[in-house]
This record gives sequence, structure tokens and C-alpha cells, in this order.
Amino acid sequence: MINDLSITDMVKRFGDFTAVDGVSFDVPAGSFFSILGPSGCGKTTLLRMIAGFEEPTSGDIEIRGGSMLGVPPNKRPVNLVFQHLALFPMMNVAENIAFGLKRRGVDVPTITKKTETILERVGLPGYGTKQINQLSGGQKQRVAIARCLVLEPSVLLLDEPLGALDLKLREQMKVELKKLQAKVGTTFVYITHDQSEALVMSDRVAVMNKGRFEQVGIPQELYGKPATPFVAQFVGDNNKWSGKVVESDLEKVRIETDEGYSFLTKPHGACSCGERADLFLRPEAMLIEPKDRSGLNVFEVSVKSILFDGANSHLLTTTREDNELIVSLPQNHRFDHIEPGDDIAVGWHPDSGICFGAEE
Amino acid sequence: MPRSRMVFWIFFAPVIMWLMLLIVLPLCDLLTMSFRGENDYGDMVWTLQNYINFFDEPIYWLTFVRTCLYAVVTTVIVFLLSMPVSFYIAKLARARVQGALMIMLLLPFWVSELVRIYGWMILLRESGVLNFFMLKIGLINKPIEMLYNDATMIMGLVYTSMLFMVVPLVSVMESLDDSLIEAAHDLGAGQWTIWRTIIIPHCKPGITSGSIVVFMLVLGNYLTPNLMGGKNSLWFTEQIYNQFIASFNWNQGSAFGFLLLVLSSLIIWSGLKLTRQKLGEVAS
Repeated sequence: MINDLSITDMVKRFGDFTAVDGVSFDVPAGSFFSILGPSGCGKTTLLRMIAGFEEPTSGDIEIRGGSMLGVPPNKRPVNLVFQHLALFPMMNVAENIAFGLKRRGVDVPTITKKTETILERVGLPGYGTKQINQLSGGQKQRVAIARCLVLEPSVLLLDEPLGALDLKLREQMKVELKKLQAKVGTTFVYITHDQSEALVMSDRVAVMNKGRFEQVGIPQELYGKPATPFVAQFVGDNNKWSGKVVESDLEKVRIETDEGYSFLTKPHGACSCGERADLFLRPEAMLIEPKDRSGLNVFEVSVKSILFDGANSHLLTTTREDNELIVSLPQNHRFDHIEPGDDIAVGWHPDSGICFGAEE
Repeated sequence: MPRSRMVFWIFFAPVIMWLMLLIVLPLCDLLTMSFRGENDYGDMVWTLQNYINFFDEPIYWLTFVRTCLYAVVTTVIVFLLSMPVSFYIAKLARARVQGALMIMLLLPFWVSELVRIYGWMILLRESGVLNFFMLKIGLINKPIEMLYNDATMIMGLVYTSMLFMVVPLVSVMESLDDSLIEAAHDLGAGQWTIWRTIIIPHCKPGITSGSIVVFMLVLGNYLTPNLMGGKNSLWFTEQIYNQFIASFNWNQGSAFGFLLLVLSSLIIWSGLKLTRQKLGEVAS
């Protein structure tokens, strides 16, 4: 299998600051690869190096097997969809899309034909003569993508292109982008700080923090088997306890939290007895008032408030020691009787929690 | 609301007075004067003779054409020089350097134009600084007269009017989103294409307003052509001056003044038409 893009040991320093610190990854042809990270983690710098706007301090970028070091952006077979799209306001939609083709010296009839085809493909047939400021946010988005796709790049880079859209449109564009990628089959490298964008659209996701990749994997892996405490906290919601390991074997550890709870859970890597450890637990792992309590970690919490958000509703609860804990609230009318101030029992299966040795 | 209306008039009155007393009234007087002239018996009568003189005497309209052409050439040179300068100030220089550069551009304008032109004359004249050094290092063996020719005059005009192009260009370039340039680069455009298709179209309003100001300033400049251009470089403002002061023919002088006003407005209007722009858009 040929990789469309492979990055080896890439490092970028700005003075004393290391923005990208020894990152390596491969993107197979035709896949949707996302880089997920908080702002300032170096993901934009990484993307700009792939596009050619920055030169890496060390390391190599290969696109379809050819090294891209020293190749200027206008000679690289990659195109970038900018965060704020950067459509040319002095040109209409068709001229925007034709811009790259003209630079390649393609003849006019071919340009016209290709422009029409790509506009149809992104669902904007007949929009060629419109001015950029006549388009809505979602339409601009599609023009920006069409402008790059018409050049048939080996890799399409997307720099948080959905960031400027409102929530409803963002949800819609997520699905559309995924469909578009499947249809055209171009390799997409997408960077975002929005975990839901990354999880929904990608074949594989890399979680980046402080210039390094914390974990690379399929979305389910990142969510279900986080490799580091950072991934556990950054991808999806998580409740966190700190405590000490009191019993440990390869399969299970017993951790005693600082509040005095004793939980049985699954360790990540070796956690030896007596060491400090952090325990992460997803809100949906906790069952409210479980009927069959055998093998579960059960404890009492009191409900502080109900965070109603449709299917994504949660209970904000507090433990005896006043630590906040988020518990997901299934909307199946079984728990409609719960009101703020109630005391409830919650339980969770030892397999749902994950325990890391505490960070220094 | 009589009260607010009164306040409005109190603040508006100085503006109106300024416009009426210092601009409109004198211009009206000049306009009537330009249509008056002596007939064969020495009486003052209404006549078009002053305007006819302009078109009849080749020296007059040739001077005007020459002035216009040089003004256009100067404007083009100023534009070509200002583009990279403004781009550097607006896009490449760091914030602190940016301020320093702008002040360096402004600083010479704190000194009167007359002094600046004399400064140039000290540098360029036969016994001037430049000749002295060129003789010293043996580049030439006889001093060269660098003043009093058209090239020096245009250089002087470019120097005095460059700021008026750079300032609007810098402000318009600052509003250009860097990612547009990067996007064009990413889509395969080289440097020259980026200038042609992105930067210049974006800067069009700044270029137009800068060009209008520079063109008008150069056309109406009196000092620089007079001092640096020497005897052979006739400038139309000198003709007007000569009519008023030397020949004491105020009627002819005001006719020339009005012709300058009308013809230069016409040139700017046609320039805007050619580039398909509207004055309102440029001014805003």
C-alpha cells in the first residue's frame, strides 16, 4: 500500500520554542486523517510545513514517495483549505476555482468544463457567476474545497475549515465533508480542536499535545482505549479521581481514592502497589441505581443539578467530599423522578474505568 | 427641534464661511475676470479672448501638455516605487519597525518644501556634495551639472509626492488578509502572478486615491519645477505666475488657472472611467 503522505521525525523550532517535536506518521492513499489537539499544540505549524509555508528544522516530508524538502508551496501537489477560507473577494466563484488551473496553463475550454464539473460535485451547480459575498457560510466552504479539489491534489489539507460556521451548519458540513471525501477519494488531512469533528469524519485520528503525538488510532480506540491521561481527558468527557494503588495484578488494580472510595479497575500499563495513580471514568459508564450490583463499584452521590441536553443529558452530582462528578442521564423516562437534592447510588463495571500512573 | 438646529448651525457656520469666503468667492471672481478683457479701444468688455489665446498660442498649450505628461510619468514612477515600499511597511516589517519607518517617511515633511528642494540643490549642483565626492574618489575628472534638467526635476517631484502615495497604499495593504496571498501561492501562483491577481486588485482604491493626489500635487507644483527644472523646463503653473506677476495680465492668468482646474479634472475623470471606478468608492 502506497502512502500518500509520510512524515518522518519532523521537528520545528522557533527560537527556543519547539512547536513540533519529532512527529512521524503515514497517511495511506484515500484515507481521512485528522490531527486533533488543543490550540497552540503545533498542529497548524505541522500543516503549514506540509503545505510548504514553513520549512521543518529537521525531518522529512514525503508525498507519494517524493521528498518535499525545499519545494515551494506553489510546486507541491498538496492544497490547503484555509481556516478563514481565503477566497479571493476580487473574483467570482468560477474565477476562484479556475485560479489554480490558469496558473498551470490549462486551456480555457478545459477550465470551463472542469469548473462546472467540480461545482456540480460540491452541490453548487450554476453558481459560477456569483460573487463571493453573495454566498452563505456553507457555500463559501464548498467553494473553498472545490477550488482545491479541481487541481486534483495528492493530499488535501484542511485547517479547521468548519471553525467559523454556526453549530447547526457545522454538524451538517461534517457529514457532507465525509461524504465528499468518500466520493472523490482524495486523501484528506484535517486538523481541528473539535473532537467531535475528528471522531465523526476520520478513518484515523492523531491526538497532538505540546508538539508531540500522544496517540494515533481509529476513533473508537482513542475513545475506548486512551493511551495517555491527556487523551483520556481530551477526547470525550471524563471524570477523574486521584488515589493510591493498594492491590495490583496484570488484569485488575484496586485503587483507593483520596476521598476514601475503593474501586476495582483496569490498569494501563504497569501500576505497582503503593504508587499514586489517576483513574478516569466516562459519564456513560456509570449506571444510575443499578439493579444487579454484583461485580460493580457502587457508591452514593447527591444530585446537584440536571444538565438537560436531549440525548446528551447529564446529571451534575457531588460525592460526599463535594467533588463534582458528571453522570450521563439516559432519556428513557426511567429516571424522570430524579430531582436536584436527591441522593442516588451509581455503579460502574471495573472494565469501564482506566487507571494511569500519576503524572509527576 | 429648533435648539438642535441652532447647535448645528453654530458648528456648521465656520465651515460654510471658510468655503464661501476663501474658496467659492475668490473663484467666482477669478471666473468673471477670466471672461473680461480690453477691446481695441481700451475698454473692459466680456470676451472669450483669454481662452482663445490658450489654444492659439502653441507655447501655452504645449506647456500644458508637457506638464500633464510629466505629471503622469511622475505618478507612474511614484506608484512603482511606492508599491514595494508600502508592501514592506504593511506586511513584512515588524510592528515596531513599522512605526519607525512611517515616521522616517513623514519626517522630511516637517520641513518646508523650499528647504527640502534647496537641500537637493546643495547635493546636486556643480560645486555640490555629490560632485565633490565623485571628484575625490576619481570617478570623474570634471564636475557634472546635475541640476536644471528634466530628469532631476522628475526626481524632485517624485521625492516630494511619494508620501501621498505610500500612506493610502499602506492602509489599504494592511487590510489585505495574508492568507489570500498564501492561498494564491498554494494554488500554484508565483510572485509576479500574486502581485498581478491578488495584491494590485485589492489595493485598487488606494492606488487610485494616491494617484489622484500625486497627479494633482505634481500638476499644481510650482517650486520644484521652477528651482530644479531650470530655464528650459516650462511648467504650466509658471505660465500662470508669469501672467499674474510678470505681465500683470490678471484676466489671462485667471483663464489659465481655470483651464488647469477643468483640464486636470477631465484627465482624472477619464482615468477613473478607463479603470472603471467611481470617485465615491475611491474616496470612501
